[in-house]
Amino acid sequence: MGDFIIKNLTDTLGNFSAMVMEFLPRLLAMTIIIVVGGVVAWIVKAILRRILLFLRFNSLFESAGITQMMPKTALPSPSDLLARLVFWVVWVSFMLFGVSALGVLALQEEISRFFLLIPQIFVALVILFVGLLIANFAARATLLAAVNANSSSPRLLSGVVRFIIVILVVTMALERIGLGHGVVLVAFAIFFGALMLGLALAFGLGGRDVARRILEKRFAEDNKEEEDGMSHL
Amino acid sequence: MSEDTFLSDEFLQQITAAGEADILAGVPTLNNARTIERTVRAIQVGLVKYFPRQRAAIVISDGGSRDGTLNLVKSIAPPDFRTMLAAPPLRTMHTLATPHRAIWGRGGAFRTIFAAADLLRVKACTVISPDLESMTPEWIEGLIRPIYRENVDFVAPIYLRHKFDGLLLKQILSPLIAAAYGYEIQEPYGGELAFSGRLAAQYMNEDVFSKEFMRQGAEVWMTTTAMAGGFRLGQSFLGPKIHAPKSGGLDLAGTIQQVVGALFNCLETHQQFWMSRNQVEAVPVFGFENDMELPAVRVDRKRMFQMFQTGVQELASVHDLILSPDTLQRIREIAKLSDREFCLPDDLWVKTVYEFAASFHHSVINRDHILQALTPLYRGRISSFLHENHEAGITDLGEKLKALRLQYQQSKSYLIERWSASA
Repeated sequence: MGDFIIKNLTDTLGNFSAMVMEFLPRLLAMTIIIVVGGVVAWIVKAILRRILLFLRFNSLFESAGITQMMPKTALPSPSDLLARLVFWVVWVSFMLFGVSALGVLALQEEISRFFLLIPQIFVALVILFVGLLIANFAARATLLAAVNANSSSPRLLSGVVRFIIVILVVTMALERIGLGHGVVLVAFAIFFGALMLGLALAFGLGGRDVARRILEKRFAEDNKEEEDGMSHL
Repeated sequence: MSEDTFLSDEFLQQITAAGEADILAGVPTLNNARTIERTVRAIQVGLVKYFPRQRAAIVISDGGSRDGTLNLVKSIAPPDFRTMLAAPPLRTMHTLATPHRAIWGRGGAFRTIFAAADLLRVKACTVISPDLESMTPEWIEGLIRPIYRENVDFVAPIYLRHKFDGLLLKQILSPLIAAAYGYEIQEPYGGELAFSGRLAAQYMNEDVFSKEFMRQGAEVWMTTTAMAGGFRLGQSFLGPKIHAPKSGGLDLAGTIQQVVGALFNCLETHQQFWMSRNQVEAVPVFGFENDMELPAVRVDRKRMFQMFQTGVQELASVHDLILSPDTLQRIREIAKLSDREFCLPDDLWVKTVYEFAASFHHSVINRDHILQALTPLYRGRISSFLHENHEAGITDLGEKLKALRLQYQQSKSYLIERWSASA
């Protein structure tokens, strides 16, 4: 009995030692791959940043005011952003290669799925990035137009425009990476429809008087503007 | 693009039939059926009366009118000169009409007129707005004579205006151009102007006609290009300017965006010239400057002040990107004052305009947004100016505007400093 237990323990220990001996080189390989990947990603990032600066990549966005706007929205310059994105794509790829070196079958399947998803994630990030820029641009344009037209609550109008665009963009980005599919779209449609209906009801029923006053003020101001006989040129 | 590729075959045939001309009068039209006949007749009479021995042509460059302006022009018969003039005309006058690329706006109209001037080898060319109610044949003489007889290359108009009329010109365009380019011209955005054939050829060589700012700001570009090119300048007194009422015009924000935007673009184009220019020259004035009572201008000053206050408050995040902290702080402080105490002084206004120009140059944000953000501040300046000068006479007002021009000139180094600084 005692011999049997000792034998089993010895076998188990032996198996465990063998597994550890087999796993350790893989773990070491994974660590090396990740560290080397980090270095490679950093080198790629540095080279890419220099190439983009040499090609005046930022100036492509300057005329639209995007390059100047990005620091104001806590975003780095376009060239910096692209370099950072490439850095993370390269390093995460190395990390996943490293993990696959462990030889865990379940993990390998997930990793291959992730690699298939990378292009979609990239496209979703681009959609999000461009969408946020558009939201900022449209919100500011609305704010300026509303102030110059002497509209009431220009910031509210601007905020609503930004909010709607951001929601739309996030929906598109999530749709792209396959999260929720129809659910996200339906949720957005329901939310947007409810918002509009709510506003219509609030404005039509609750705020009839307010609406009337705003419209009266609007038309009165239009007339007033026409009464100003000033020619600025 | 060469002249013969953007001019239609029909128009080239008209030019070939006309041969050569000494004087050309160009009219850029767009839905002006109501006033075009009167304008063309006034031009015809002016040309025959004051330049009877010169070969003359009228070119109508139409931007796609839908009210039949172009057809109407083609059907205008010459007036019966015997009832107006002592002697009959000595030369045949040609009237040429063609559509131009509407997508280029007024810039396209001017390009067609420059090309026609070049092909007809004219000595003098004038451009007249098609929608004027106050234009007389004497304007043709006033504009053309300095070119034809005095060897001037570019003639800007001077209109008789109410003291509060044309404040965008008086507060930004004219003093900024004088300070930067060194020539004091009262009306750098006159719809009526004249230039020599030599200058028309120079205009034709510039590659600007497809640029956005040329759609509405061609006159500013023509004025500043003549200055930067070292051409001889003159001004001609024309009298009061009254446009026919027209719907669908630009609002104040749109006007500032187009016209001030055109000037800021010109500053970029000519920066080598104006950054090294130090002197300011008076530009000779031709014609008899008369004076007459003009109808009062009705303005709601308090509303302008309220819109200034709202603009400063609501656009804080935008102005923060355009103006220096010091300027912004001062603007915010005066925006808190009451309507009666409010004053936006010359030095602060000039600094504000210069900082907007530099921010435009550096594209700190979208350029159209920069120009739109100027509108509430301009309203504040106008409100302050009206408040200070509502009882001022013409002489006092002249002194105030002179002081403003001086302020622009004295602060030019600040513009250069901001302009040259990295964004």
